[in-house]
Amino acid sequence: MSTAEVTLTRRRSGASSPARVWAFVRRHVLTVYSLLFFLYLMLPIAVVIAFSFNHPRGRFNYTWKGFTWDNWLHWNAVPGIQSAITLSLEIALLASIVATGLGTLIALALVRYGFRGRGTTNLIIFLPLSTPEIVLGASLATLFLHSTTYGLRIPFGFWTILIAHIMFCISFAVVTVKARLIGFDRHLEEAAMDLGANEWTTFRKVTLPLIAPAILAALLLCFAISVDDFVVTYFNAGNRVTFPIFVWGAARVATPPQINVIGTAIFAVAVTCMLGNVFIQNRRAKAA
Amino acid sequence: MGFGFLHRHRNTTPYLLLAPGLLFLGVFFLVPLGYLAYQALQSGNIDFGYQFTWAWSNFSDAVRGYGGQFERSFAYAGIATALALLVSYPVAYWIAFRGGRWKNLLLLCIVAPFFVTYLIRTLAWETILADHGLVVRTLTDIHILSPGGRLLATGTAVVAGITYNFLPFMALPLYVSLEQIDPTLIEAAEDLYASKWRAFFRVTFPLSLPGVVGGTLLTFIPAAGDFINAQLLGSPTNHMIGNVINSKYNELIDYPAAAAMSFILMAIIVALVLMYARAVGSEKLTG
Repeated sequence: MSTAEVTLTRRRSGASSPARVWAFVRRHVLTVYSLLFFLYLMLPIAVVIAFSFNHPRGRFNYTWKGFTWDNWLHWNAVPGIQSAITLSLEIALLASIVATGLGTLIALALVRYGFRGRGTTNLIIFLPLSTPEIVLGASLATLFLHSTTYGLRIPFGFWTILIAHIMFCISFAVVTVKARLIGFDRHLEEAAMDLGANEWTTFRKVTLPLIAPAILAALLLCFAISVDDFVVTYFNAGNRVTFPIFVWGAARVATPPQINVIGTAIFAVAVTCMLGNVFIQNRRAKAA
Repeated sequence: MGFGFLHRHRNTTPYLLLAPGLLFLGVFFLVPLGYLAYQALQSGNIDFGYQFTWAWSNFSDAVRGYGGQFERSFAYAGIATALALLVSYPVAYWIAFRGGRWKNLLLLCIVAPFFVTYLIRTLAWETILADHGLVVRTLTDIHILSPGGRLLATGTAVVAGITYNFLPFMALPLYVSLEQIDPTLIEAAEDLYASKWRAFFRVTFPLSLPGVVGGTLLTFIPAAGDFINAQLLGSPTNHMIGNVINSKYNELIDYPAAAAMSFILMAIIVALVLMYARAVGSEKLTG
């Protein structure tokens, strides 16, 4: 900010008026561009929200035919949509809890301790993030297909979806919690230990409350990724249908506006959570 | 490291913390990659099952039969990544240097659209780019598109979809690296009579390179393996290797072919990433 202002004031003093106009344009061209960028980002979202109120005549919800509240009032009128949403929420809830738990432990180990095999651990965390989803999905499905060889029959369904989601969420949880732990003041823990608290008490009363925001952020991130995942799930779902799989199936034969209703609802919940987070952060920043 | 407990359990504690998570990733991420390799060398058919036969021909068949789709995947992903970089760099710059106290809110605006389910977002683009939609009509009116021309079911639509769908992966790392730049460095360059552009190219841009590298990789890798955009916004002539892997695995139940293609996809990505890392300096990748 300061650089721009410095040059602007420098120009203003003693510059002729065309130069001032030019400076004004130069200063605001970036702002105008950025606002256009945000319009572009929001365009499809506006379409999704608008078409959740559409009253389509045919099987597809692609052209505007009139306003109605019906889709919102009868959001579960489409066969299969409610069970798909339920399954997605169940999976996301369980997967985000397990993945955040496992990820937090890994993050603690990585940030707090020097140990042999750190590099390898970092690599194992980094790899799933840099593997295309289709490869993650196909390879995990191959494992389940081969499980019969060992007399261990793992049928595709709830558990395979859950395992898949935990697998691709762990790395995101590690990265999120790690970022917070790095800026963590260790003296607080030392103080607690000096005052006679044992390790577990110190962890419970000092460490955990301090990293709680990061754990919450990891939970929300994992939840969001899990609810949204299509590719890995599609390979490992068998005949179970999560919400994204429902949408995929619908895209081929018919797109009921209820899909947009659910999409809008998920969007609204996520944005509310994030706005709340921004609000709390700003208040903290002010208080500090 | 001044922890009492750290000294007492120096050797075991970190491993106990790591064990459950790494075990999970080992069994459900690393071992499956091994199985995928094993599967890629099998031969047989869906009725009689597949046996391991060192069938290297799966790999050559994949390249011979689907070279076009491989090429298209990397071309589309490359163009989309470049576009995403060009489109989001100015915005990341704007938020980092001019965002002030609105920074968090503006970042939220970048991320928010991506909380609408991926598939629904892409279907919305289908609506926007549809044959009689506003975009096609406008482009026809200003003669960029010939009458009767369409956007849907073209490579342009697929690239546009990919660009849009992976934007936050580009914009956020760019923002993070730009935000860390000390503005006094840029002021110093200008005080030393560098023009604004020169200061940008000699100071700001080089300092933002970690973000450029990170964003490019985070966009390119998922884009190269994507098949949703090509499926929903393209036609079969725009299909990428992801579409082929998906249909071989889930529809034709030709596991060995799908596994071989997955491996080739991974191998090319790893090779490209290494080449890229070499070109820009590997410390930028990890730092």
